[in-house]
Amino acid sequence: MRIFNLLKISFKAIILNKVRTLLTMLGVIIGVASVIAMLAIGEGSKQSIKSQISNMGSNMITVMPYAERQAGVRLDRSEMQSLTLDDYKTLVSDAKLLTDVSPKVDGSGQVIYGAENWPSSIYGVTPNYLDIKVWDVTSGSMFTDDEVSSAAKVAVIGQTIVENIFTNGEDPIGKMIRFGNIPFKVIGVLSEKGENTFGQDQDDVVLAPYTTVQKRILAIDYLQSVVASAISEEQSENAVAEVKVIMNKAHNIKEGDTSDYEVRSMEELISTFSSTSEMLTVLLVAIASISLLIGGIGIMNIMYVSVKERTREIGLRLAVGAKGADILLQFLIEAILISITGGVIGVVLGLSTTFIIENVLHWPTSVTSSSIIISFGVCAITGIFFGFYPARKAAALDPITAMRYE
Amino acid sequence: MKNIAIQIEELKRDFKMGEEVVHALRGISFTIKEGEFVTIMGTSGSGKSTLLNTLGCLDQPSSGIYKIDNVPVKNLDKNQLAKIRNEKIGFIFQAYNLLPRTTALENVELPLLYNTKVSTEERRERAIEALTKVGLAERLNHTPSQLSGGQQQRVAIARSLVNNPVVLLADEATGNLDTRTSYEIMALFQELHDQGKTIVFVTHESDIASFSNRTIVLKDGNIIKDDINTKIRNAKEELAAIPKAD
Repeated sequence: MRIFNLLKISFKAIILNKVRTLLTMLGVIIGVASVIAMLAIGEGSKQSIKSQISNMGSNMITVMPYAERQAGVRLDRSEMQSLTLDDYKTLVSDAKLLTDVSPKVDGSGQVIYGAENWPSSIYGVTPNYLDIKVWDVTSGSMFTDDEVSSAAKVAVIGQTIVENIFTNGEDPIGKMIRFGNIPFKVIGVLSEKGENTFGQDQDDVVLAPYTTVQKRILAIDYLQSVVASAISEEQSENAVAEVKVIMNKAHNIKEGDTSDYEVRSMEELISTFSSTSEMLTVLLVAIASISLLIGGIGIMNIMYVSVKERTREIGLRLAVGAKGADILLQFLIEAILISITGGVIGVVLGLSTTFIIENVLHWPTSVTSSSIIISFGVCAITGIFFGFYPARKAAALDPITAMRYE
Repeated sequence: MKNIAIQIEELKRDFKMGEEVVHALRGISFTIKEGEFVTIMGTSGSGKSTLLNTLGCLDQPSSGIYKIDNVPVKNLDKNQLAKIRNEKIGFIFQAYNLLPRTTALENVELPLLYNTKVSTEERRERAIEALTKVGLAERLNHTPSQLSGGQQQRVAIARSLVNNPVVLLADEATGNLDTRTSYEIMALFQELHDQGKTIVFVTHESDIASFSNRTIVLKDGNIIKDDINTKIRNAKEELAAIPKAD
């Protein structure tokens, strides 16, 4: 009842000073709206950076044999025979933090079609290698698991190869090419990827079932590496640890022993990504706090003026029986009403601004519910915090002097 | 025997002004019974404002006893004083002190807003009743700027009546009004007095004091005169005697 009455009084005071209230609100409105828009832009670019980095296969984990020394000579990794198909199968069945796992064997040689030839590499993998690398096929299709089991002579080729051996612009799908001496039927073409961070042309590649590459080209039965993707970037480190545990067990390696394999993740990419997004977040939070602070100071300023201006009114209210707490609450409610109304308008304005940015400027944006809740909450708290001092000043007035105030 | 509305004994109020102590009230005593119409007179500096503030529970005496409606006021805290002001006292000020841009009805409702026992409907009813009593039943939704000085003071009187106070305290209530309007307001006070209201009216005009039935005169913080008025003038008759302007 008492709160209801005070709410009515505060509401009335706000209505009576429409223009001033609106100007006060403006600070809060702009504060909240800019926070929401800023966070939406920040979140949007964060997500776009994230997806770009993910496209580079940032959650990729590679297991390869450890290059041993023999008679003082460090051997080439691909010569090592310590990584086997069983390791691959164990990882597929035991690793919980990996989504896709593919064995990988690679060789190099000439790709030949008709009169054209081109030096390239062939990767022997399973179909989910595309998911791990975040690659896809533009025409035709990837080979299947059945084709892997039957060691079919099928291949999916990259754009560079298409350009260099299908020079007269014919459709490579269904054509027979040769890799070295082995004929492959082209069943798919990879979409263009360009260079990777090391300047390697990622389109200069032939993908074929690893079984085929093992048997026909390399004549080996071990694996040169196993590639996999962790369930997320954040989980990469844990996935690496998990892989190590599994591999140590499979290879019977005790702690302190030199292991016969190595596990690598894209740490550099991950740390770049997290430091970038962290910096963005810090920057945006700073902007957010400044605009809300200014909005809050605006409220305090106006509330002080309001208390001064209404000194006689406060005196009268005290004289007719208002308690100090009533006056305090009246002004506090007024400040909170201003900040909350401003907050609501700010949210609406922020959302529409975001909408405009997204649709007119075509910037990636993403409004998170937490940004709305936080900015709105902070603005309500600002109202209480900055409204309290003027309100307390009003409540502490002496009715006699207040009523004589000119 | 009528009940005692206000009782003060040896009331003193000192103010410290730097090193000096100003004795605004130097130990005064009187009682005001229910239904009395008392004017308190004195020149400026006589202590009448201090007395009124004390009677209005806006200020605490330095020493002495003050009882309103048999409730001793001394040692009450701020909130308890606010409650007494809210329930037992009706204030009328020289400058009306109405809330600007607020209707007459809402102005009159004001004291009841701070009384949690009064519902919204009752508050409205009582405010309308009070405004009707002062002859402003037709002006409920007028704001102070749409009302004349006399009408504004009537709204203020209605506001002081709305909580059925033990005593009405008027501070130079006619000070801002011309003679004719002053007499109209005094006629209203006499009417309220006839209805049994207890009124304490502070003024420095003996003309105004002659409408009351008792006059207390203060000088330098002491009561120098406390007389029952034998020749009470009737404000309505006086009003009839004044030629109407234009």
